[in-house]
Amino acid sequence: MSSRKREEAEEATAARPLLVKTLQEVADEALEIGSKRQPFSAESRYKAPRIRDARVVHSVCPYCAVGCGLNVYVKDGQVIDIEGNPDSPINHGTLCPKGAATFQYTVNPSRLTRVLYRAPYSDHWEEKSLDWAMEQIALRVKETRDATFVERLADGREVNHTLAMASLGGATLDVEENYLMKKLFTGALGIVSIENQARI
Amino acid sequence: MPGLGTTFGRGGATTFPQDLVNSDCILIMGSNMAEAHPVAFANVVKAKERGARVIHIDPHFSRTSALANLYVPIRAGSDIVFLGAIIRYLLENKAFFEEYVLHYTNIATLIREDFRDTEDLDGVFSGYDPETGTYDPTSWDYERDAEGRPLSDPTLQHPRCVYQIMRRHYARYTPELVEQVCGVPRALWQQVVDTLVANSGRERTSAICYAVGWTQQSKGVQIIRTAAMLQLLLGNIGRPGGGVMALRGHASIQGSTDVPTLYDLLSGYMPQPAALLAPGEGTRRPRSEEVQAPVAGEEMRPVGPSQQTLAEYIAAVGQKTGWWANLPAYIRSLLKAWYGSYADEENGERSYRFLPKIISDHSHLATSYAMLDGKVRGYFLFGQNPAAGSTNARMQRKALAQLDWLVVRDLYEVESAAFWYRGPEGETVDPRQIKTEVFLLPAAASTEKEGSFTNTQRLLQWRDKAVDPPGDARSDLWFVYHLGKRLKALYADSPHERDLPIKALTWDYERETPEPGSRILDEPDALLVLKEINGYYARSADGKEYCLREASHVPDFTVLKADGSTACGSWIYSGVYPAPERNRAASRDPSGYTFPNWGFAWPANRRILYNRASADPQGRPWSERKKYIWWDEERQQWTGYDVPDFPLRKPPDYTPSPGATGIDAHSGSDPFIMKPDGKGWLFAPSGLKDGPLPTHYEAVEAPIANPLYHRQSNPVARYFRDRPDNRLAAVGDERYPIVATTYRLTEHHLSGPMTRWLPWLNALQPALFVEISPELAAERQIRHGDEVIISTPRGEIEARAMVTRRLRPLRLNGRIVHQVGLPFHWGFQGKTRGSITNDLTHMVLEPNVSIEEAKAFLCDVRPARRGRR
Ligand code: SF4
Repeated sequence: MSSRKREEAEEATAARPLLVKTLQEVADEALEIGSKRQPFSAESRYKAPRIRDARVVHSVCPYCAVGCGLNVYVKDGQVIDIEGNPDSPINHGTLCPKGAATFQYTVNPSRLTRVLYRAPYSDHWEEKSLDWAMEQIALRVKETRDATFVERLADGREVNHTLAMASLGGATLDVEENYLMKKLFTGALGIVSIENQARI
Repeated sequence: MPGLGTTFGRGGATTFPQDLVNSDCILIMGSNMAEAHPVAFANVVKAKERGARVIHIDPHFSRTSALANLYVPIRAGSDIVFLGAIIRYLLENKAFFEEYVLHYTNIATLIREDFRDTEDLDGVFSGYDPETGTYDPTSWDYERDAEGRPLSDPTLQHPRCVYQIMRRHYARYTPELVEQVCGVPRALWQQVVDTLVANSGRERTSAICYAVGWTQQSKGVQIIRTAAMLQLLLGNIGRPGGGVMALRGHASIQGSTDVPTLYDLLSGYMPQPAALLAPGEGTRRPRSEEVQAPVAGEEMRPVGPSQQTLAEYIAAVGQKTGWWANLPAYIRSLLKAWYGSYADEENGERSYRFLPKIISDHSHLATSYAMLDGKVRGYFLFGQNPAAGSTNARMQRKALAQLDWLVVRDLYEVESAAFWYRGPEGETVDPRQIKTEVFLLPAAASTEKEGSFTNTQRLLQWRDKAVDPPGDARSDLWFVYHLGKRLKALYADSPHERDLPIKALTWDYERETPEPGSRILDEPDALLVLKEINGYYARSADGKEYCLREASHVPDFTVLKADGSTACGSWIYSGVYPAPERNRAASRDPSGYTFPNWGFAWPANRRILYNRASADPQGRPWSERKKYIWWDEERQQWTGYDVPDFPLRKPPDYTPSPGATGIDAHSGSDPFIMKPDGKGWLFAPSGLKDGPLPTHYEAVEAPIANPLYHRQSNPVARYFRDRPDNRLAAVGDERYPIVATTYRLTEHHLSGPMTRWLPWLNALQPALFVEISPELAAERQIRHGDEVIISTPRGEIEARAMVTRRLRPLRLNGRIVHQVGLPFHWGFQGKTRGSITNDLTHMVLEPNVSIEEAKAFLCDVRPARRGRR
């Protein structure tokens, strides 16, 4: 370091009395990056990545079917960052723009957090309780099933189904969720048009 | 995916993307892999760095093309001609991998005498019924001896052996035809052929990757089959660096096919029972009183043997030889998992009656017509958005308005939840006219629940839960579980027999203790659901019954029984959770070439399917370079780098005794264990609704007449011609002279429900555009950046013009045909909005899988008056 630069450096540290350090102290605190020791300013020295001390939760990208591994970083009960999982043999830590945006998909002020209800012919949404909605939906299902269930066709063939209800979706859901949907809708209620994006 | 299932035995990708690095040639067609599956494409780039040749065939030049060694522009919808011509080349020049093909495929098998080819009948196969527009496939079957065993001619001379039939079938698929129909110069086509042939055989392997560029066509299954046949002929199935890599589009779309939310399947690819008409009744139009709640598909009258009882079902859909001989164990175990003690009575016959029978096409798109006609009253949408994402979306929105009630579960207020007060620009919506009652329930994100996704390589990967979902948002598992609990309570006192399935349903997924730190105390236990999917011993040898919670796990599907003593929710997933504390979907050891301890791949954790074919008939690797699974003479078993897809101890020289059944009926050199004859099917004697061999038909909307047959397009596709909301352009319609295709951008997903609320992604791709060649732009006086109108008989939309050489006019028979391409990610909700591309597309359904044709249709493009700069 030239003497002029040294003077400047000394001046700079002198200007901030709380952080006064000798050059030797700065050098001692230098970090090894790559093969070289690099001097860090005191400010940088005490900086840490946001994800330090965060809990790492293993997840999988919710977008396409490549199945890239995600590390979800959680601090104080909040997701603070989502990155590619470097251990995954599928993506080795890399992500495409969608996968890299998973954070914003989950932590987003536009997300729905309350049940919205629209009555027939109404021109507005109403906020409702989850419990109310669940009960109403169960009643609608029962009503519809009871009114439309067919045990046998006129020619005697047994069908035990209703064609008046249908469900669409599943390709973005979990295997376990798909399983329960088919089990309840088809296995118990006799709804046959249970479909998902695989068809599209 | 019957294209792969019919040919090889299972409807999943035969390999895994990380194995592409071992390919010597990778053919990508019907897919823009670099942009739609970017991280998987890294393996292609790695392979290229290691010397592999990469070929991209696509109407639209993309980043995939830019990184390929060879890019071939092609007219959308002409794939079977291009690939069929390669098949012809291989057959005529005996350029196929002879030893592989002779032993591992049905090339030598004889077909029945009454079979007639499309070449004999001007575009249809024998068995076609013009009145119903369907086939009776009886005549496509093998010629059999008195015991029902197929006959064959290993010299390939018999005129009715598959080899000779294929030669005649593809005789007119010449390089000249490729030029005329695909718009590909023959020299370019020949380059593709030479590259494939040079990189297949004992020492080398080639892989084919495809995506919905093939699936979404009116003959999509047959295109996939052409590729599958090509890979059989080249000897590339079951081998490292080979295979057909189906690139699927959603995190768990494979999972939702395996553990299906599909109308025509039960789990593990067992068909949903159907109430079919007896053969002969099929042509009779239904009388209205026959169908109490008729659906739009009622003109379709599927015929076949009765499946009214479990015994009949097993006889109708099971197989005597091959792995499917185990069907009785799988269906009984499913019934046991669903109905518990009710499934024991009368050999399972009683609980079999609980399963609803299908009577027609109840697929999503067919059901939307039923909805439009007011025949569907209630509808659930789970993270799916038909108002913008399904074909002919305008019709979809109208259909939603006919419902009595609609439940939408999503993270955002998507188009399908808002259709009753808003529409695309220019479409007025009056809420006072719409009766539909809408429940919009907030859903949990993937990070807010635990569970598994099955990815494109059949790999189940478990996600741990990071945090609780916000507010009243809940997992779909929670929703379905609690809806079920409420319904069981509502029906608890019902005296009606028809309500018995609800009462019988086993439905206890309660957590033992609430999840620590979670404020949601009634979240069901996803691991318990996974245990049921894996399977458990429901009854011990001494007759004691065990419920899901207390039962022991089954180790894999080989222990499942047809006597009601085992329960299993999806037999192909059995083994994923073989013991408590051993959830293999959550195993995370990345080591090894096939990384067998990272996740769990169905079936039985096999990474490359049909891998017996990686060894020669005697069980030796075809070459040192392509070694994968081989017979270990000393240990008398199959061994290698993967789980053998073959009975472990069946020696290569095993010959079945004449009366053998099940898997014992296959010889030691029959690698396709799911097929009744153990062979890869070049010719499909059954299993497909539109023919045993892929044949070129034009897209439903095409600019030229089919040069091969008078039959213009797939004779058994479902057209809905009488629907005013589904008008089609005729061949050569001057109002719609341009071929349109659609595609996905890297930065958006589907109709946008998971991306258009995200500023990061919107900043990257803010608006809908249409890619137009400079030649077409000049013809229509369109400048780069102009607002243009794209029109089809279904409607018009606006988009910005992107004038680019990525699309180029093709020369077909001396005539210039223009093509345009559009992404389809926009709608009228979200933070960036735009026209709905799916308002342009029609609804004609592929006959096997009822998928629409969004990849090739006709349109016109003109400058919009407003918005000109
Ligand atoms: S990060 Fe991209 S490539 Fe990987 S799974 Fe997600 S969407 Fe697919």
